[in-house]
Amino acid sequence: MSAVLFFIAATGVITGAVGVVVLRNPFYSVLALVAHLVSLAVLFLLLRAEFVAAVQVVVYAGAVMVLYVFVVAYVGGEADSLGERLRGVGSAGSVGSGLRLAGAILSGALLVELLIALLGTGLEAVDGYGAGYSSGPEAYGTPAYIGKLLLTRFLLAFEVASFLLLIAAVGGVVLAGRRPS
Amino acid sequence: MSIAWYLAVSAIVFALGAVGVMTRRNPLVVLLCLELMLNGANLALIAFSRMWGNGDGQILAIVVMTVAACEVCIGLGMIVAIYRRRLPIDVDELRELQG
Repeated sequence: MSAVLFFIAATGVITGAVGVVVLRNPFYSVLALVAHLVSLAVLFLLLRAEFVAAVQVVVYAGAVMVLYVFVVAYVGGEADSLGERLRGVGSAGSVGSGLRLAGAILSGALLVELLIALLGTGLEAVDGYGAGYSSGPEAYGTPAYIGKLLLTRFLLAFEVASFLLLIAAVGGVVLAGRRPS
Repeated sequence: MSIAWYLAVSAIVFALGAVGVMTRRNPLVVLLCLELMLNGANLALIAFSRMWGNGDGQILAIVVMTVAACEVCIGLGMIVAIYRRRLPIDVDELRELQG
């Protein structure tokens, strides 16, 4: 059962990622990323990270993607073709496709290297199914467990992250706000 | 499924995000592909967290999500500022600051 669910969710994850990279219209890219994020939340659930999966759906697929959709609607979807028009057709075409091919080859090399590093590792637990698991109200991955960790061992990281969010909110207002001129 | 399968999926997602960051010219799509790379890293973190039965990786994944939200906020603010100044929304055309 979990294997079937894993393959369905992994197919969704990879298809969504390919859609983000390949689709021409940025609006469709955002929608593909939403599908990717929801499938990724299923994978997190399979790894018994219930709280992180819920945060992924609510914060990422909910809030952050709404922000993206607003900006795509504001800026307009045809930004790609606008860039082509400004550059002029003839001169940059071959250079652009060559660079694109070089980028794809570099990323393929990165993938091979990552797979060697992750799967060729000496860690034997990589081939296992994870550590033992016991259910209960404060079991691994539940909100109570995460909350206890965040407010005891990782209190400093928690406070620094909240301060970072404050700085980013102020920076967003400063960057995007209208200047009185 | 064993942990190795999750790690393979995370590596594939990371590499796909890298393809997008290097080949796409629209800064909106570049930001989306950065999200893909962060998500690949998150999946690896949570898979390793499950492997050890230890919650530290999940906390780090939540911190990565926070940093991604900050990055989206700043990046989209910059794109809106670029659009307001009638500059082309294309990372190849934007060669200089103060332009």
